[in-house]
Formats: sequence, structure tokens, C-alpha cells
Amino acid sequence: MVITLNGEPHELDGPLSVTDLLTRLSIDPRRVAVEHNFTILKRHLFADSRINDGDRIEIVNFVGGG
Amino acid sequence: MTDTPLIIAGRTFRSRLIVGSGKYPSHAVMRQAIAASGADMVTVAVRRVNVSDRSRESLLDYLDTDHIAILPNTAGCYTADEAIRTAHLAREAGLSNWIKLEVIGDERTLFPDNEALVEATRALVRDGFVVLPYTSDDIVVCRKLVDAGAAAVMPLGAPIGSGLGIQNVNSLRIIREFVRVPLIVDAGVGTASDAALAMELGADGVLMQTAIAGAEKPVAMAEAMKYAVAAGRLAYVSGRIPQKMYATASSPVEGMVGR
Repeated sequence: MVITLNGEPHELDGPLSVTDLLTRLSIDPRRVAVEHNFTILKRHLFADSRINDGDRIEIVNFVGGG
Repeated sequence: MTDTPLIIAGRTFRSRLIVGSGKYPSHAVMRQAIAASGADMVTVAVRRVNVSDRSRESLLDYLDTDHIAILPNTAGCYTADEAIRTAHLAREAGLSNWIKLEVIGDERTLFPDNEALVEATRALVRDGFVVLPYTSDDIVVCRKLVDAGAAAVMPLGAPIGSGLGIQNVNSLRIIREFVRVPLIVDAGVGTASDAALAMELGADGVLMQTAIAGAEKPVAMAEAMKYAVAAGRLAYVSGRIPQKMYATASSPVEGMVGR
């Protein structure tokens, strides 16, 4: 299936949960925020949030800024 | 001399200097500069994770979050909705419900869109955020921000990253006189005397980024800013002498030899 991940098309074997996606991307879930189809997810919902074909996922973190 | 500490929304800070975390040559230099500045509040930006390159180190590995308050910003947002969305993402990323609210209205100057800023402040306060808005040096806007629930007001001294120093001394004086929440001068500082001047005008703190990170020696400049902010504050609370047109002799005028 293909999702839109941070604005770019991204191919995945799925469906899968947000936790699975972060694991596959080697991203520490404690360091990021995730938006799923324009809804910001609480961290405790990552494991139960199912990503389907065509979904939009944004993963953000903190970077240097002023 | 003992001075009252900076308190924002009930949290006490050791330092009146707030620094950014961007534009440094490396995370290691950033960490050293923040330590040299003495700041215990540091701004960060919220950006998409680079999913194709996970080799880069996390900024947070270089910030002592047990002792330093992290202040996420909404830099780069041009609408209230965009800023509100970014603020919520920052909160979910897990460090705090504090937000340095920026809603930019013009690309060249990076001046704020004050109408959208007031709207976003109101919405975020309602959502439980501690909102520190970056604003024009305008008393009318600052009042509206306070009415909207801002925990502090952060007027600019000059355009972001310009290093021009305080451009409108009188505007800041007026804001100081009429605004009762903490006043943080945010943006425009170029060198230590600019920071000292902001504090001498009665600011409760100064927020800066480029003046330190862009200096030839960022760690040394961070230390200079620490002294400048402390000196300016001490001068403000010490009550400066009035300015006069003509001289007043510093030594006794009586007892001169040969008169």
C-alpha cells in the first residue's frame, strides 16, 4: 500500500499500526508527535491506530530554532 | 544585590536570558554556548522528521531537559491555524504545554501578523497552553495579547536575525509602563550592549538566537550576553541618574589650590 508520509508517497507492507511504522523507521516514539489524517494522536494511541492505504501521516520532532 | 527572579506562569527562572538552539555549527557547540549563557529556557522548532536519514542525532540529546525549560516555537507559520496545529504537535511531542507563538505576516521582515497572533493566542490559551507571543513593539497589540491570556509579551527589538539592536526605545518604554505580564524582548539583538539596553528599559528578559549562534565565537558571545543581561537588569533596578545637557563636577569645587 502507499501512504503519504511527511508529504511524500511512501510504500509499505500493510496495514500496520503507528507503532509498527515508527519501529520500521527506527524512530523513538517518545521523541516525536504524529498526525494521522490531520488528527494529532496521543502517544498511548499509537499502538491501536491502524494505518490504511492512502492515509496521510506526519511525523515531527524538535530541531534547533530560535 | 538580591533581585526578584523572572517568573512566568508560576515557573521561576534563574536567568533572564532565553536562548535559541538553531544555527550552531554543531550540537556540541550549542550545548557549550547554552551552558555559557546560563539560560534555563531554550527555544526549539517543530519540523518533519527526515524519514530517509535517521542517522542524525536528536537535538534533545544535547539539552539537559531536567534543568532547562524547552520552549517550542511556531516559527515559519503564516496563519493562525498553522500556528495552532504546530503548537498542538509540539505539546504531543511531549515536553511542555508552553509555546513561543509566532504568526508571521511578511516574508522579508518576518514581522508578525498581529491580528492572527491575537486570534491564535486566544485559541491556544483556551486549549490550556502557556502562550508567549512574539509581537510587534506596539502597546495596543500587547494589550490585546494580555487580554487574550498571554503569559508574557515578547515584542521585537528589530527584525529577526537582523542584529540591528533596539530600534524603538520609546515603544518598549511604553509597553513596560502599561503591561503587567513579563516583558521579554525577542529578536533584533546584535551584541551585548543591545541586550543590556533592553534590560535597562525594564524588560524582564531577553530572547536571542542569531546574535550568539552567528557570532565568530558563539560560546564566548553567549557568556558576554549573560553579563549584559545581568548588568542591564542590575542597572534598571538600581535607578539610573537623570540625563542632563551640561556637566556637573564630580570633585569638590571648594579648596582649589591657588584661588
